[in-house]
Amino acid sequence: MEYFVQQLINGLTLGSIYGLIAIGYTMVFGIIGMVNFAHGDVFMLSTFIALILLMVLLPIVGTGAAAIVLALIIVLALAMLLTGLWNWAIERIAYRPLRGSFRLAPLISAIGMSIFLSNFVQVVQGPTNKSIVSLVDGGLCLAGTTSAAKYCLFPTKAGFGVTLAYKQIIIMTITALLLAAFWYLVQKTPLGRAQRACEQDSKMARLLGIDVDRTISITFVMGAALAAVAGVMYLLQYGIISFSDGFVPGVKAFTAAVLGGIGSLPGAVLGGLIIGLIESLWSAYFSIDYKDVAAFSILAVTLIFLPSGIMGRPEVEKV
Amino acid sequence: MTSIDHLVTTGRGQTKFVEGKLGTAVREGVKFAALMFCLSIPILLLRIDSDIDHKPFLQLRWTWPLLAAAIGFLVRFGGLALASTGTKISSKINWHIPPSLSRYFATAGLVFLVLYPLLMLALVGRAGSIKWIDNFGIQVMIYVMLGWGLNIVVGLAGLLDLGYVAFYAVGAYSYALLSTVVIPLYVPWLSPWAFWVCLPMAGLLAGVWGILLGLPVLRLRGDYLAIVTLAFGEIIRLVLINWTDVTKGYAGISGIPRPSFFGLPFTAADNGFAARFGLEFTPLHRTIFLFYVILALALLTNWVSMRLRRLPVGRAWEALREDEIACRSLGINTTNTKLTAFAIGASFAGMAGSFFAARQNFISPESFTFNESAVILAAVVLGGMGSQLGVAIAAFAMVGGTEILRELDWLKAIFGNNFDPTQYRMLIFGFGMVALMIWKPRGLIGTREPSLFIAEKKSISGDLVKEGHG
Amino acid sequence: MPKDAVPLLHVEHMSMRFGGLVAVDDLSFIASEGEITALIGPNGAGKTTVFNCITGFYKPTSGRMALVGGGAGADEVAAVTQSGRRYVRETNGKSVFLLERMPDFQIAAEAKVARTFQNIRLFAGMTVLENLIVAQHNALMAASGFTIYGLFGVRSYRSAEARAVQLAKYWLDKAGLMNRADDPAGDLPYGAQRRLEIVRAMCTGPRLLCLDEPAAGLNPRESADLNALLRLISREHSTSILLIEHDMSVVMEISDHVIVLEYGIKISDGSPEDVRKDPRVIAAYLGVEDEEIEVAEQVVAELIR
Repeated sequence: MEYFVQQLINGLTLGSIYGLIAIGYTMVFGIIGMVNFAHGDVFMLSTFIALILLMVLLPIVGTGAAAIVLALIIVLALAMLLTGLWNWAIERIAYRPLRGSFRLAPLISAIGMSIFLSNFVQVVQGPTNKSIVSLVDGGLCLAGTTSAAKYCLFPTKAGFGVTLAYKQIIIMTITALLLAAFWYLVQKTPLGRAQRACEQDSKMARLLGIDVDRTISITFVMGAALAAVAGVMYLLQYGIISFSDGFVPGVKAFTAAVLGGIGSLPGAVLGGLIIGLIESLWSAYFSIDYKDVAAFSILAVTLIFLPSGIMGRPEVEKV
Repeated sequence: MTSIDHLVTTGRGQTKFVEGKLGTAVREGVKFAALMFCLSIPILLLRIDSDIDHKPFLQLRWTWPLLAAAIGFLVRFGGLALASTGTKISSKINWHIPPSLSRYFATAGLVFLVLYPLLMLALVGRAGSIKWIDNFGIQVMIYVMLGWGLNIVVGLAGLLDLGYVAFYAVGAYSYALLSTVVIPLYVPWLSPWAFWVCLPMAGLLAGVWGILLGLPVLRLRGDYLAIVTLAFGEIIRLVLINWTDVTKGYAGISGIPRPSFFGLPFTAADNGFAARFGLEFTPLHRTIFLFYVILALALLTNWVSMRLRRLPVGRAWEALREDEIACRSLGINTTNTKLTAFAIGASFAGMAGSFFAARQNFISPESFTFNESAVILAAVVLGGMGSQLGVAIAAFAMVGGTEILRELDWLKAIFGNNFDPTQYRMLIFGFGMVALMIWKPRGLIGTREPSLFIAEKKSISGDLVKEGHG
Repeated sequence: MPKDAVPLLHVEHMSMRFGGLVAVDDLSFIASEGEITALIGPNGAGKTTVFNCITGFYKPTSGRMALVGGGAGADEVAAVTQSGRRYVRETNGKSVFLLERMPDFQIAAEAKVARTFQNIRLFAGMTVLENLIVAQHNALMAASGFTIYGLFGVRSYRSAEARAVQLAKYWLDKAGLMNRADDPAGDLPYGAQRRLEIVRAMCTGPRLLCLDEPAAGLNPRESADLNALLRLISREHSTSILLIEHDMSVVMEISDHVIVLEYGIKISDGSPEDVRKDPRVIAAYLGVEDEEIEVAEQVVAELIR
């Protein structure tokens, strides 16, 4: 039971990260109907940006708890900004010229961009894994022997403990907060209205005076900013990154987006949580070697049997 | 429908341009340079390195962002300046090669390929030519074959397959396992013929896998089909990695028998090829033979797909690409039609895979990553979907081009000894894919040749040809 | 419907629901062999839905659609329905096809029901001739020995292909498209595309041809050409026609039998003369929204004339 709860917590943490990346896929797909293949690599890029920024900031601010929180906030903001700028540029250079053209062209362009980004990071940052010492240690003991921790919510005599690490609390809180903010942005502001209008019918939106190009640009920036949040959280949780870390999390996040119903923001988060849970439970109870096989299988099975996802609208074939 | 887009897109930029051409070019160039500079902070400015104790530290590199900015300026300014003088590299000009010329070109290419090993021998001698025939010639021909195979699926039937490499892997592992485990154990007398027996079997097995994977996924459309095929490709790779009992995982399978000259091995022994034909033994014989084998396999792929295009099944593929619903209204069983395209495409990949395994003598899951699928797909799309010549040219340019990067050692003289051009291979490749798509979204040869005609064969403009829905 | 007419298609109690919306409600009618049956009604009456059900693109929520041949009657239909099979083709020529059980391509291939679409669906990037050859896919596929003979260019396949081209030429001639045979279908003017779609459907050798608004968007001249083509099809090719049309001049001029739908319910069924006089039809066309006034006016014009 304790083991299961611990895996649940780990799964939710992982799921929050996937959910944040998934939003980028779902928003872009919703608005221009394109699978932004490079999004996973944008996420990977953001982890590098965040790591570099952290390495710059940490010696300046010192090692106190408040200092680390400050550094994290600054890094978060800067990483969101810079990654947003990157994705803005990517959209301008690689996707916008292809809008309205041949349907495969943007997909191929995005695949090219994905290859470019991962190799770019490999060339400029080197092929080795980069790591950082754990920034936030410790956690709340939810259950376990009282000898290991000073205080536990449910003290037990022996057996496996359950800890909610502080960094997991940070990850889940920040995910929830940012989601709420973006949800508000998309649902309640003129910008969100413009986005939804472009989603429905971009030509009509254009005729009604909405700057479609600008709206799409903003969507890309927003998606990248959330990917950057995921990047910072990923760094915080795992502390080790590599140039090749974009592909698999990218595919899993895409799976999350599809599972939740592509185009739906809460769906993306829900999908992310489900994928995170499945992955951590699968690794815990079945086989860690096949955890990615599980993720890809879920993707295939979802697309085949539930193509409109949990919260998406079913598509009726027009004859 | 597109007129609105057109108005809006041309409404920008181009009108601005008339005012002050050079001034605008400079201004835009500076803007772009500034963007590049901003983007390169911090990823280019600071490099994470680690010292001897594996303690990470940051290395400051002032020149890199400036270099990025300078390149950005030159590209943007250069592009605009060129455009303003009217020397625009127009994407509208299709390489409109009339059928007769295209046939001429294809014949010339074929003659060149047939003479290629001898040409290389004459040009760079025995020692140097192995590299050119093997690393360059055979490598390119494998991709040409794969490109032609995938062209059946993507170019003709309009089914976007991002997991094509899975069938390549199935073929390679089929041959590897059959020739190292099954044949020595059960039918050892077949060993000299292993490659020739396994080649069709690998094709058949890959075709069966094509049907098995195709059955559940082919009702999906467009991007979803692409993603599912990608997922299947990855699943197969991950299984190859993790099913160590059979595939030996990351370690891979080594000691795969090389193809024989129809039973005669390429060895220095008395029963070897060289001795039998009274030649002096050299490994070059095998290399040249392998080149001709892959050339023949590629030509077989081409012949079959060109032939199929003129048969009902091929026309049904193309009709499927144009409009699936109309196909169904005409009584065409679209599921079967898609499956045949998938299976035939897969079996060519399987044959290419078994050739690959035989040539490498060693295979591991590393050779079957998603990048391979992307390269093959890029060859098909960049070549011009459905065009055999275009696909061959694109495969040649991409694979050959990146292989040539390995030869650029002289650049070390300019950039210092730490400069390794091969590490830029995939970087340039990715960038090239984006650039080519923007320049020619329809691919190099975008026109379609009709499969039959009454009075006159007229090429069909690529703008009319659809790209398929799934 | 004249007494001597032989029924071809029995639609019985067909209903189609999309979620809560009832698009077609308990529709029954008979289309007879050799006749042109017109399905008319205001926009949104469910006409295209009926078509999509008959041709298998939608599965009706309930109801039976039986296509019969060779004098098969109610007994045979009941027998096939009982047996659970999709269709039965007996050696004595009697055949029963239960369309609601068959997938779309099978309806076209086996039951020989061909159709056209409201928004034309041609293979735009293929030539006009190729469009007509693709329509003969199943026959050619069998002749090519499922590709095996064809791959090696066996003579029997080549002669089958030559016959297919002959048939294509015949229909090209009838549609007045002979000189455009080698042009891409997407390059044809609108009216020619409509005719091409019809003759492409004819190349499948259908018993029943379903046309979804064939005259929509045609100018009077093209409309007249179309009428001539449809009459030829119905007279010389023993193909029955089921037609959705808004253009009353076409409907009244060429159809033998008219069925009127409104809000998914059949409100009238009979000869053009009967339907024209039916007060419910007049009410349906007069008491409607703005966009239908044009149509209503046409009906009134017809009535006055």
